[in-house]
Amino acid sequence: MRFVLKTNYGQDVNLFLHGGQRFWYGLLAVVALAAPLGLDTFYLGEFALVYIWAIAGVGLMLLVGYTGLVSLGHAAFLAIGAYSHAVLLEKGVPFFVSVPLATAFCAVVGYIVGLPALRMTGIYLAVATLAFERIAAWVIEHWESVTGGHFGMRVPEAQVFGLPLDTPVTFYYLCLVVLALCLLAAMNLLRSPTGRAFIAVRDSEISAQSMGIDLARTKCSAFAISAGFTGLAGSLFAHKIGYLAPDAFTVQTSIQLLLMVVVGGLGSLHGVIYGAIFLGLLPQVIAFGRDVLPSAIGEIPGLEPGLFGLILVLFLIFEPLGIYGRWVKIRLWFDEFPLYRKATYKRQRSYLRTERVR
Amino acid sequence: MSLLTAENLSLSFGGVHAVREVSFAIEPGEVFSIIGPNGAGKTTIFNLVSRFYDADAGAMSFDGTDIISVPTHRIAALGIARTFQNTELFEHETVLTNLLIGQHVHRETSLVADFLFLPRARRQELEFRRKVEDVIDLLDLQRYREQPIGGLPYGARKMVEIARALCLSPKLLMLDEPSSGLNPEETEDLSFWIEDIVADLGITVAMVEHDMNLVATVSDRVLAMADGVVLATGDASEIQQHPEVLRAYLGD
Repeated sequence: MRFVLKTNYGQDVNLFLHGGQRFWYGLLAVVALAAPLGLDTFYLGEFALVYIWAIAGVGLMLLVGYTGLVSLGHAAFLAIGAYSHAVLLEKGVPFFVSVPLATAFCAVVGYIVGLPALRMTGIYLAVATLAFERIAAWVIEHWESVTGGHFGMRVPEAQVFGLPLDTPVTFYYLCLVVLALCLLAAMNLLRSPTGRAFIAVRDSEISAQSMGIDLARTKCSAFAISAGFTGLAGSLFAHKIGYLAPDAFTVQTSIQLLLMVVVGGLGSLHGVIYGAIFLGLLPQVIAFGRDVLPSAIGEIPGLEPGLFGLILVLFLIFEPLGIYGRWVKIRLWFDEFPLYRKATYKRQRSYLRTERVR
Repeated sequence: MSLLTAENLSLSFGGVHAVREVSFAIEPGEVFSIIGPNGAGKTTIFNLVSRFYDADAGAMSFDGTDIISVPTHRIAALGIARTFQNTELFEHETVLTNLLIGQHVHRETSLVADFLFLPRARRQELEFRRKVEDVIDLLDLQRYREQPIGGLPYGARKMVEIARALCLSPKLLMLDEPSSGLNPEETEDLSFWIEDIVADLGITVAMVEHDMNLVATVSDRVLAMADGVVLATGDASEIQQHPEVLRAYLGD
């Protein structure tokens, strides 16, 4: 077990607590940067997708895991980010202007969607955001002059620093850098008053107010920031799929995003990464399973959404803290061996407000 | 001039008159206790001052500012901090984070500064951390510093809640039944701490309390109420012998 001797308050503020953390995260960064040397282009593309999911996941985690507001509408923000970025590119706006604009537009929409959240929690909010997702989908399907309606639209080719984005290596690095910046921004937020206000609203609205936290402003900005991250992921996602059509952003996408943060572990940024890897790998595992299993099982219609649902339910029952929570327990088991008490985490209540619907 | 004055405050929930024409004034530097049987409207008065409830009628002013209709979250910035009867802490977080949230009113950074963690955001964090440590020192919470609230004993939670309220550097501290759930030894410590808070930090204390020993030890003035109406105001011994108060507690 490691004991860190703290000699100044800066150590409580720094991102990394001790040299061990710096070493392991540094190693992870080196591995991620070196990956294109050893991976073929298919897997590079898959990893880029994992990074995109993780960027959206950072946004959703801030909302669900830290502010305690559930959203089933995040596929809409992904779609709005993707479409507005593609439309801007089509108008000849350069990539590095178009992405921030799409992000900002999503944040504004998120702020407006956050307004009804002031009076709703739990399941009611989930239904309201689901309604927003349907409205957004309807608009995308019917605003044919801009989005191409059901036929969809091609995402124009873009260049970053003179490099074409359609090469897997460039795209991989772009997604990696954006993810790193997003994680840094989220960590900064969480170690400063804004992030703590989110946490305060999650755990007790009444005492958050008595601490001087403006509930309306905090909830709306949580929605805006969350939508901004997801929209940013959407604009990268547009390049990943190359052709935007309404069926790329459905309710199932929203559920997958929610699944990602729940399975990864609510209330931690580590959870986002675990969840994104899980979400990225699961289709591969299912595809592999289809080949291996007898066709009577492997070809059941709706196998994929069914499995997603099953896994979500199993996690909620057996490991509400997600993959990250499991990892923390395993680490504690080694730290405290042989004194680990099974009941250590028994008293913790879950983060989701849905469990205390009033 | 009085720190907090309330005039003819009234509030009813449907047919229940929770508070009827209550008037009182809290002077700077005193410990002001509100006592009364269950359902007398003591906590309702706190909730009115905290602006969780809108008064049906009456006037309130704090430190020269009319607060009858200010938004709930502005109360903290004006200098009123409070604790809750059944503790309302941020359950999943450590004591340290809870106390840092208590510093929220002193926040000067914008959202952008927080996002980028600009040097001024870092300076602010260090300053918050230092001020939190002062409060931890004052209330002897060192051993709980890194612990999540979920695992703390009830008595410690009560103290963390007081500490969090002190982090606001308030002018008025409202304690809602601070001694409920504490053992006699902890209650005695509490009375010393309340005296310290008033004497060393210059904070005025208003308190709803059932433990008459504690009330008699620390209070400068006591307000007794029953069924939403003020029965009497005076020092602890006067109140304990007041015929109306005796009738409210013991019956005819």
